[in-house]
Amino acid sequence: MTISIDPQKTNNESLQPKGWLRYFSFSLDHKVIGIQYLVCGFLFYLIGGTLASAIRIELASPMSDFMPRDVYNQVLTLHGTIMIFLWIVPVVNGAFGNYLIPFYVGARDMAFPRLNAVAFWLIPPSGLMLVASYFVEGAAQAGWTAYPPLSITTPQSGQIIWILSVLLLGGSSIFGGINFIATIIKLRRPGLKLMQLPMYCWAMLGTSLLVVLSTPVLAGTLILLSFDIIANTGFFNPVLGGNVVVYQHLFWFYSHPAVYIMVLPAFGLVSEILPVHARKPLFGYTTMVFSIMGIVVLGLVVWAHHMFTSGTPPWMRLFFTIATAFIAVPTGIKFFNWVATLWGGKISINSAMLFSCGFIINFVFGGITGVALAQVPFDIHVHDTYFVVAHFHYIVYGGTVFIIFSSIYHWFPKVTGKMLNEKLGILHFIITFIGFNLCFAPQHWLGLNGMPRRVAEYDPQFQFVNQISSLGALLMAISTIPFLINVFLCVRNGKEAGDNPWNALTPEWLTSSPPPVENWEGEAPLVEEPYGYGKKFSAQK
Amino acid sequence: MFNKNIYLILIISLVFSISFWIGFNVNLLPAEASINAPIYDELFKILFIIGLIIFIGMTIAVIYSLFKFRKRNNQIGDGIALEGNLSLEIVWTIIPSIIVLLIGLYSYNIYDRMGGMKELNHNHEMMSSNTEKIWAGISQTSDNAIATNNLSIEVSAMQFAFLFNYPKGNFISGELHVPVDQKVSMKMESKDVIHAFWVPEFRIKQDIIPGQPTILNFTPTKVGKYPIICAELCGPYHGGMRASIIVEEESDYKEWFNKNKKPEVNL
Repeated sequence: MTISIDPQKTNNESLQPKGWLRYFSFSLDHKVIGIQYLVCGFLFYLIGGTLASAIRIELASPMSDFMPRDVYNQVLTLHGTIMIFLWIVPVVNGAFGNYLIPFYVGARDMAFPRLNAVAFWLIPPSGLMLVASYFVEGAAQAGWTAYPPLSITTPQSGQIIWILSVLLLGGSSIFGGINFIATIIKLRRPGLKLMQLPMYCWAMLGTSLLVVLSTPVLAGTLILLSFDIIANTGFFNPVLGGNVVVYQHLFWFYSHPAVYIMVLPAFGLVSEILPVHARKPLFGYTTMVFSIMGIVVLGLVVWAHHMFTSGTPPWMRLFFTIATAFIAVPTGIKFFNWVATLWGGKISINSAMLFSCGFIINFVFGGITGVALAQVPFDIHVHDTYFVVAHFHYIVYGGTVFIIFSSIYHWFPKVTGKMLNEKLGILHFIITFIGFNLCFAPQHWLGLNGMPRRVAEYDPQFQFVNQISSLGALLMAISTIPFLINVFLCVRNGKEAGDNPWNALTPEWLTSSPPPVENWEGEAPLVEEPYGYGKKFSAQK
Repeated sequence: MFNKNIYLILIISLVFSISFWIGFNVNLLPAEASINAPIYDELFKILFIIGLIIFIGMTIAVIYSLFKFRKRNNQIGDGIALEGNLSLEIVWTIIPSIIVLLIGLYSYNIYDRMGGMKELNHNHEMMSSNTEKIWAGISQTSDNAIATNNLSIEVSAMQFAFLFNYPKGNFISGELHVPVDQKVSMKMESKDVIHAFWVPEFRIKQDIIPGQPTILNFTPTKVGKYPIICAELCGPYHGGMRASIIVEEESDYKEWFNKNKKPEVNL
């Protein structure tokens, strides 16, 4: 196995490991790093999904009878942390960002290839460390929010490892964010204007701004929390004069934008997928760009809506209510534009399109409950209940994870040169869509009627609805099987895809599948109209 | 064109009718047992109806597009090269903005009616006024906020129990007893980690934060026994941190109170 560390050798294809070994190397190739992000993230998704299944098994009956109560809290803490920091954020940003952005700007690699590799290689050890923390004495059990004083008073060794792991993952995000901003701004092919960039570039630019502005705040907060735990300081410990609400402000200053760090790239990805399979230009490009930037600005000033029951003053509740609700406007613009993109198209009903449409339906539902949650009086009743669990999963699973699968179906031919099986893909979509809605839709009712979140035991009146939810979770787990079979079968014996099986216009399709190390033989193409369907290209079909 | 418009109007009318019918006829909330509850439910109904209209409308648009504009066998070529429509985009920016603004103002009004917009640490005068105020008070506050004409109770939260101190009776109870239709002021403190006081039937919730006493005021309206639930993750037995609030007639409450009260000891 060759390790590429010399910049001049990096671009030399003959020095790269061949075949699948390439993906186990310390490669500086953005495409390899992208796939490394994806596969690594998917492995953590399987771990996080297993933990989710354990949670749903516990909740199939009202009593805490499947696992001890403290283990339940450890499992839900690990589940939340893995899914956010090791699955969704690395995949929608790191995996697709790395693979696609250099193609989209017409570059041969990212601006800082070594920083890029460092950003990825921080993830496996931090993830393993996080998982290993479960097996040390006293795993973290204060939830992914790690609110003090609970995180200070629960067993400390696991909590400290948890903090260290999240700090490293935050560092990885920041490195990635800096790299994306530099690549999009500085590495654009001469002649390629900003307003000609594919929408995913804009989404990643917005996301990276959020990452760079907000992640350091989380890092600083967690460092202060670790001081409280290790050195007995009193930043957040009320016994020593600390203020727990200050922790919440600092934590949510990152962790609310984190939702947009997860969904903005998904918005970008769906904007790439829909026009190709609907054979129509992306509707309202300019408003889509402005709505992304609107979401970035508003996303940074809405964090306190997570704290309406924490003792915030009235003016703050009013401001954060209005600001939060207004995010619905730029978000709504995007959804109307996507529907308008479908309208009048020649739509191929395939796995990528179905997952994208599933995303639209799920996300609209999650967005509506989000607007409701922005209203203080509404939020007070359902805060910290299963209503919030349901809303959050409609956004991050029904939204982001659906788009991850849609993207895999869409770009699999580019990455491997093979086509995924459509029948298995559609089966995967159907089981996932039914399972997801069966699992999370009933949880809105649970929250409204009195079931708090993060509980191992609950009022027996909620048992039936919880069992339906657990059945949905079982279906979601089963849905992974046809997907895995599909990928393994097609990598070995799949139908050859050709360079551009979707007849798409974005730059990554204008090279071979899989692409060569430096992306193109010769000069990168200048794509002025990445969504020019129905124009000069219509004759291609 | 005429037929298309008729169909569109019919579909929109149907979506509105279904949403309004469901909004007014399907009750997804628990019983209303405080003055706050019907005010809250009013907002819930409005949000639910608006949400349904948008969700059903968008879902129909997506599913309709998939069927109507699906690519038929052997069909070649692309769809129409429509990149945008400025007037349409302005319309669907302005309409949601207006809806969001109206919802925000309406919810402000609801919250104000629930008493939430009052600064509880500056409301000494208000508390002695005759005007009926319902407070889902969630501000930090001083002791002054507990009015003399309210039933005052001190709540201590700890892993994993609530304790209710009745200062006038000089006793502590594990159950919260309150008379129906009387304002109750609770000063809440945590002994260890963050807890939350939640009574779903009252539609109120307030975090109980160590080092920062908080006030929660409410007026129960229906006799009965309701659960008090800790909603903030507070440790391994978080799911078991529950108590009961018993709302009873004035006479029953007095009987219970007199049975439990202890004489003050003068040293």
